[in-house]
Amino acid sequence: MANFLLIDFGSTFTKLCAINSEAEDIIETASHFTTVDSDISIGYHNALDKLFEKAGKRIEFDQVIACSSAAGGLKMAAIGLVEELTVEAAKRVCLGAGAKVDLVLSHHINKSEVKDIIDKKIDIVLLAGGSDGGNSECVIYNAEMLGKMGVKVPIIFAGNKSAQDEILEIFKKYNMDGYICDNVMPKINVLHIDSARDKIREIFLKKIIEAKGIKKIESEIDQVVLPTPNAVLVAAKLLSEGYLHEKGLGDIVVLDIGGATTDLYSICKSTHRKDVLISGLEEPFAKRTVEGDLGMRYSAPGIIKSLSEQEVKFINLEKNVDIEKEVESRFNDVKSLPQNAHDEFIDQFLAEMCAYRAMHRHVGRIQEVFTPMGVVYNQTGKDLTDIKYVIGTGGVIINSKNIDKILLRTTNILNNPQELRPQHPKFMVDERYIMAAMGLLSQKEPLLALKILKKYTKKLRGNANETKK
Amino acid sequence: MKTIVIGVIGADVHAVGNKIIEYTLNNAGYNVVNIGVLSSQEDFINAAIETNADLIMVSSLYGHGEIDCRGMREKCVEAGIENINLYVGGNIVVGKQDFHQVKKTFTDMGFNRVYPPGTPIDDALEDLRKDLGE
Repeated sequence: MANFLLIDFGSTFTKLCAINSEAEDIIETASHFTTVDSDISIGYHNALDKLFEKAGKRIEFDQVIACSSAAGGLKMAAIGLVEELTVEAAKRVCLGAGAKVDLVLSHHINKSEVKDIIDKKIDIVLLAGGSDGGNSECVIYNAEMLGKMGVKVPIIFAGNKSAQDEILEIFKKYNMDGYICDNVMPKINVLHIDSARDKIREIFLKKIIEAKGIKKIESEIDQVVLPTPNAVLVAAKLLSEGYLHEKGLGDIVVLDIGGATTDLYSICKSTHRKDVLISGLEEPFAKRTVEGDLGMRYSAPGIIKSLSEQEVKFINLEKNVDIEKEVESRFNDVKSLPQNAHDEFIDQFLAEMCAYRAMHRHVGRIQEVFTPMGVVYNQTGKDLTDIKYVIGTGGVIINSKNIDKILLRTTNILNNPQELRPQHPKFMVDERYIMAAMGLLSQKEPLLALKILKKYTKKLRGNANETKK
Repeated sequence: MKTIVIGVIGADVHAVGNKIIEYTLNNAGYNVVNIGVLSSQEDFINAAIETNADLIMVSSLYGHGEIDCRGMREKCVEAGIENINLYVGGNIVVGKQDFHQVKKTFTDMGFNRVYPPGTPIDDALEDLRKDLGE
């Protein structure tokens, strides 16, 4: 028998989840505001006291594991050559590793772009460019530029393998914190995630944790293993695929609406159909996209910015609210929680907007092409039409009274024939907010994590069709 | 090793010739980057930049080659690969038109080599060796 304590140092909340491996169940969960500005251990201890109080006893833990997205999460810059190819590949690797991609740069980078890397306090730079044996001039130029301008943060080179030797020399010459790994796009349209992603994780553990103030409580926890979004991705993949004899749910989509970002995860192949031609860069089986401009608090203004003036007026008239004012007040008080029915109504509305927009950007498209040989279907991105379950997580979804209405926004409510949104999914919710925690636990006990995940991911009544009625 | 980007341009899904070209050029010792059917001008150019290609070989079998290829050289210039070799071949125009005229049209558009219907890929191989300086 073993007791596990799983911690998620989030940007707003520090969430704890205590697990007993013998009962294969949650003992208790608790949370408290993250106190990263002063001393992160204050928030942690408060949450721990709460947990003990709720459980009615002190618990001895055999293992304490944490993930973190505190202090802005893992901020990365993705550099590549051509936007649709190595730039996109680099971006996907960063997102898959659980990072926030604050800068995306292509071709030869200039001085002001490098200055941005320094000013925006980027944690790790991922430098790609060129397929293997292809263009090496551009990555060499870019590495030289980063060196000359004195970029001191870790730089991962994941570009053309033929340029490795020159890149290593540049790393040495400017005394840079450089790492070499496999090319993110070794051939045209082939995506190679693993090597660079593992390197990002490794650097995250070694260096970033310290910079984010988590080092202070290292004596109390055994390990910080993952950036939080990566833990969620790992959990989603486990829940979809299953482990050993314990079956998974099949193809799923996970929607996580937070204060600062809206994250979407899809676990499925890019298509099940045989009659389509797929163009563009290969899609990852477990794909994560992050919308930094869509969120409930810090990023609430982004929702309004994505609308036209007319749409804003229309919403104000139809819902009888001043949506700009509502968003402003949420942005100014990011810790605010809904106090009354009106607040709940606005939060519900904002969440629905986030869900719709985020899926709009995540999902693949299909186009009919008329050729002399007849109609051909050309697909870019991922086909989510056959997704079995859309699962909601994150505070606003879990606490909503109409969870299904938010999740419904990920389906094709506007009947846009080009968007390959989920067609008839069933809706589920991560009731106890344990996805990240189970992602962490799965690093030690995958079977146990899967069983608990399945137990607490609850089906909502009805499916997309019924909800529409 | 010299790198060649091949593919079928436009709303054209003829895949057989494309595979034959890939096979032949591979055997001749070239690094072949095949972007396949339904490819746009941008797909060719993007692939050529990333792979540092020496030549782009465009196939078109459905008669709309002229529309599909127009402006491709200009885009190469914009993308910084102005000196790349551009080849085109297949049934690049509709019907049986005078090939001298067709060749002139495509040469004016900036293509270095233009091949009439039914050209064996081996004929192009000789030009390739010449143009790539081997």
